Amino acid sequence: MTKTVEARHIGHFFAQKQVLEDVNIAIGAGEVFGLLGPSGAGKTTLIKILTGQLIPSSGESTVLGTASMGLRGEDHKQIGIMMDQFGLYERLSCYDNLLLFARIYGIPKEKVRLALEKVGLAGAAGTAASDLSKGMRSRLLLARAFMTSPKLLFLDEPTSGLDPSTAQEIYKMIFEEKSRGVTVFLTTHNMAEAEKLCDRVALLNEGRIVAHDEPKALCREFNHKKRLKVHLYNGKDIDLEHTYASAEKISSLLKNGDLETIHSSEPNLENVFMELTGRSLAV
Amino acid sequence: MMRNISAIFWKQIKETFKNKAIFIQFVMFPVMTIIMENSVKIEGMQPRFFASLFAVMYVGMAPLVSMASILSEEKEKNTLRVLLMSNVRPAEYLLGIGSYLWTLCMIGASVIGIGGGYRGKALLSFLLIMGFGILISIVVGAAVGSLSKNQMMATSISVPVMMILSFLPMISMFNETVAKIARFAYPEQLRILISQLDHIKVSSEMVVVLIVNTVLALSIFVFAYRKCGLES
Repeated sequence: MTKTVEARHIGHFFAQKQVLEDVNIAIGAGEVFGLLGPSGAGKTTLIKILTGQLIPSSGESTVLGTASMGLRGEDHKQIGIMMDQFGLYERLSCYDNLLLFARIYGIPKEKVRLALEKVGLAGAAGTAASDLSKGMRSRLLLARAFMTSPKLLFLDEPTSGLDPSTAQEIYKMIFEEKSRGVTVFLTTHNMAEAEKLCDRVALLNEGRIVAHDEPKALCREFNHKKRLKVHLYNGKDIDLEHTYASAEKISSLLKNGDLETIHSSEPNLENVFMELTGRSLAV
Repeated sequence: MMRNISAIFWKQIKETFKNKAIFIQFVMFPVMTIIMENSVKIEGMQPRFFASLFAVMYVGMAPLVSMASILSEEKEKNTLRVLLMSNVRPAEYLLGIGSYLWTLCMIGASVIGIGGGYRGKALLSFLLIMGFGILISIVVGAAVGSLSKNQMMATSISVPVMMILSFLPMISMFNETVAKIARFAYPEQLRILISQLDHIKVSSEMVVVLIVNTVLALSIFVFAYRKCGLES
């Protein structure tokens, strides 16, 4: 079956520096795929290669069944891209910024209003892009990516630098697109965002994918400690191993009504990344 | 193709009226022509002196600086990249911006022509000459814009080029040595043509200079485009 996005043995050099090394990715239709890595890991470079903005030094990639470098007219209409490096026309209003692309794609004008309503910018339709806050700019960039009702979305750090409530709104929009069957490729260095949004993630470090799987499966795989943290009503915390004796202890605490909360000690994606690379995702 | 060109054309109309730095380029010389032609009357002064002078200065300045500025700003702000990723081909973009600038400059040229008192056949000839000159300047501006990564770089290249092209015809009117050099540049030849609108005499030197200037402008643009493309 044809994958929506496929990268095979992608490698790339900037001058003498290798920024991507043997990257292999296959993303199915309707999947939300997250590429996690710290700044400078090569996430944006990979998006540029997949979307045909950059010719890789080695390897090949296809998007919606077409080679990335061969993407043309109708293909672009099916792909929404939100990148920081994709600018807005600062002097034009939000409405005119979208109207330009509606004209280029031959989309009815009503879609512009709908796109602005969808991202909560209907009230700011006449506001110049230069007067928008960072959160509003992100929403306008999303509206531009959504407006053509694409089959595939590339979102490069969509919530970077945004406050939590704006980030939540953007998550909601991404979920809506997913429910429409849209495939989403998103890059982030926010592990909570990846755990929340992604069906599968790949961890990228210094241009190499060091692990990839479903977020929960990755966390389970790296759960070496296998311990349980128990909090009692009397305020005490108990750390237990995964043993038969611990099960009996927990059972007895439950029977006596002493147990308030119980948590497993699975690592999160941040811990997994730290274990694999020795560095933090947030760098 | 036409859809994309008209979309770019429309976008530029909206942008220009909100961009005072560009807008003033189109308004300055037409307004100055009207003011000077109506307020300065010196005995023995060549008829339509200010109109012919400002016309060639307008040709050397407005289209060149505007084209270079628009192109370099789009590169600097990464809006051109979005357009090129949205099914707009470089040729469509250049035609959209170029046709917009040509139209706007021709409106300015009409104001200069009418303000300078040209009428009928003389006005038509004036506009034909201006249209040709504006076209060459747009190509030179596109070359500067292609070579520039940002607006600052575009300004540092376009200002000296613009100064030479727009001021040479004026200085050549007062300095014979400069006139000998200026006749190799298209604005000076256009000034000579405009100054003899009532009885145009096209010399072989004029034809050669205009052809060589056109080929040169196109060659510089092709070189700049091949070297840098439209992406920053």
